[in-house]
Amino acid sequence: MTGEKAGDQQASAEEKAALAGRGRLSGQVARTGMFGTETTGDTSGYGGLIIRRPLALSSPRPYGSYFDDLADDLSSSLEQAGLPFGDAVERVVADRGELTLHVSREHLTTVAARLRDDPALAFELCTGVSGVHYPADSGRELHAVYHLVSLTHNRRLRLEVSVPDSDPHLPTMVRVYPTCDWHERETWDFFGIVFDGHPALTRIEMPDDWKGHPQRKDYPLGGIPVEFRGATMPPPDERRAYE
Amino acid sequence: MTSRTDTEAEGRVYNVGGQDWDDVVAAADQAGDRPGEERLVVNMGPQHPSTHGVLRLILTLDGETVTELRPVIGYLHTGIEKNMEFRTWMQGVTFCTRMDYLSPLFNEAAFCLATERLLGIEAAIPERASVIRVLMMELNRISSHLMAIATFGLELGATTVLLNGLREREKVLDLFELITGLRMNHAYIRPGGVSQDLPSGAIEKIREFVGVMPGLLGDLRKLLDANPVYLARTRNIAFLDLAGCMTLGVTGPVLRSTGLPWDLRKSQPYCGYETYEFDVPVQDTCDAYGRYLVRMDEMEQSLRIIEQCTDRLAGHRQADDRVMIADAKIGWPAQLALGPDGLGNSPDHIKHIMGQSMEALIHHFKLVTEGFRVPAGQIYAAIESPRGELGCHAVSDGGTRPYRVHFRDPSFANLQALPAMCEGGMIADVIAAVASTDPVMGGVDR
Repeated sequence: MTGEKAGDQQASAEEKAALAGRGRLSGQVARTGMFGTETTGDTSGYGGLIIRRPLALSSPRPYGSYFDDLADDLSSSLEQAGLPFGDAVERVVADRGELTLHVSREHLTTVAARLRDDPALAFELCTGVSGVHYPADSGRELHAVYHLVSLTHNRRLRLEVSVPDSDPHLPTMVRVYPTCDWHERETWDFFGIVFDGHPALTRIEMPDDWKGHPQRKDYPLGGIPVEFRGATMPPPDERRAYE
Repeated sequence: MTSRTDTEAEGRVYNVGGQDWDDVVAAADQAGDRPGEERLVVNMGPQHPSTHGVLRLILTLDGETVTELRPVIGYLHTGIEKNMEFRTWMQGVTFCTRMDYLSPLFNEAAFCLATERLLGIEAAIPERASVIRVLMMELNRISSHLMAIATFGLELGATTVLLNGLREREKVLDLFELITGLRMNHAYIRPGGVSQDLPSGAIEKIREFVGVMPGLLGDLRKLLDANPVYLARTRNIAFLDLAGCMTLGVTGPVLRSTGLPWDLRKSQPYCGYETYEFDVPVQDTCDAYGRYLVRMDEMEQSLRIIEQCTDRLAGHRQADDRVMIADAKIGWPAQLALGPDGLGNSPDHIKHIMGQSMEALIHHFKLVTEGFRVPAGQIYAAIESPRGELGCHAVSDGGTRPYRVHFRDPSFANLQALPAMCEGGMIADVIAAVASTDPVMGGVDR
């Protein structure tokens, strides 16, 4: 709502804004309410009337871009190793120009080794592991996300593995991608995912005697109220939030 | 087999002539003369002037030879990733800019690109904002590389290099101060664009900088390129070849010193890098000297890009040229003017929301306090920071705050390669090895 321009410029800016808004409305969150509204005159519902579509659980073929070739190559490569594609890869998600393979944890290292060694795939570089904690997703609370790069084919790929909170064990990727050494230690430190077979799975960022895994959603942010000129500001996770 | 002689001066000597090294070690073991018998464990850091911040290296020494090196990190962990989950996407910029404090604009750019891809508004980012982003990132690349080379010099005992490097870096920081108002931790690049346009006179100042910089870089080159002491300390030191880099996830100048021209600005362009003319400098020496040369060459290429940026920014100015996305649901007011209190503000915007439109005031209030909603999903945005691939893995649950943000900091991965570079070398070369990977602990520990 920057209304500093006048006349034609205002019109063209508004047109642009409307176009940009329409583009986003076709995305995953269908938004109604004031912005982009065409029917009701709700002038206050900035984000109050929001309809959230669930996450794309799996994408149908064709995935687009180089993703179909990649999936085919991986499929034939896995079959050579005696592993059906459907057993190893639970689902495939192509979203926002990125391909995610949800891999079962039993076959994680096999899939990674094929991705690295097969010349048609050639994912030489792993840029690490990132953990995500979804407490509401029962049975699959902890996710480990690996990002791979193929320098040969100039491609990127994401592997995602989920494990339940009650059994947070994953096979280590250190044997396939030694760079995962520190990244796995970090994910253990922050999320409590145990990487079986890791050469030295110790804390890396937090002190050795730290209790708990700070990046989990059930771990509070902490902090103390801050007093400034007579007013007291509560710590960030106790402030009023707009959800 | 191994022939053995006992001498009083040196202890037991093993003459090795082409045998299997394992056999030699086994023979030594049998003789009860373990090579590591007189080992010395030295704790370098975490408060050591040559460790680039609070990095701790546990060295096992055999004489002056490093037999084992173990880096210990975590002393600068600040919980930035966790903190960002409790702030809006817009506020996230002010946090992540503090991670790798020598290249704040790259942190901001990675986070903003990730946010914009999640929102699906990449195409709507104004051209001018992208050019300013490229300009700022390349200026930042120069200041970061200058710091790397300056401290490298100091750590090898050459204070002149430090003083020259910092003096030159100061020029970049002055430009940053002029453009963003701050010398570091700018929070200048925001989701949707940049926080404000270049102030008047900035283009001239940048052109002046581009004019003097080649001479100053030339002076540094004269000081170092063929300096016998510098060559002796850096040539064939901290060797790491391409296979080693791939295995250990090393990117950036260290990777390019092995001869592979892998630069995300070329291979997977973002912010319109494909429209600029520049080269990717490489060396094939795989050593500390090669990394130094790559950094020097990259600064020269950065100057080329900056020149092209200034030409584009100074060129025909359209009336609706913006630096922030036109979508009023995302873009903050970015047409700032300097107020009497010395702070930037947007008088037109204030006039509009305070005097003309109640709805605009509501929107402004909601946008600032609640923030914009980001559609659910995840994204990995990678850019070429001065140290290598800086990736931002952002996950949204559809709310106004990031569900999870993880930064793949290049220093974090590059530090893992230290043992491979240092073990078997001299202790003095550890310093050169650390300096040649140019780690920034703020980024490593986040």
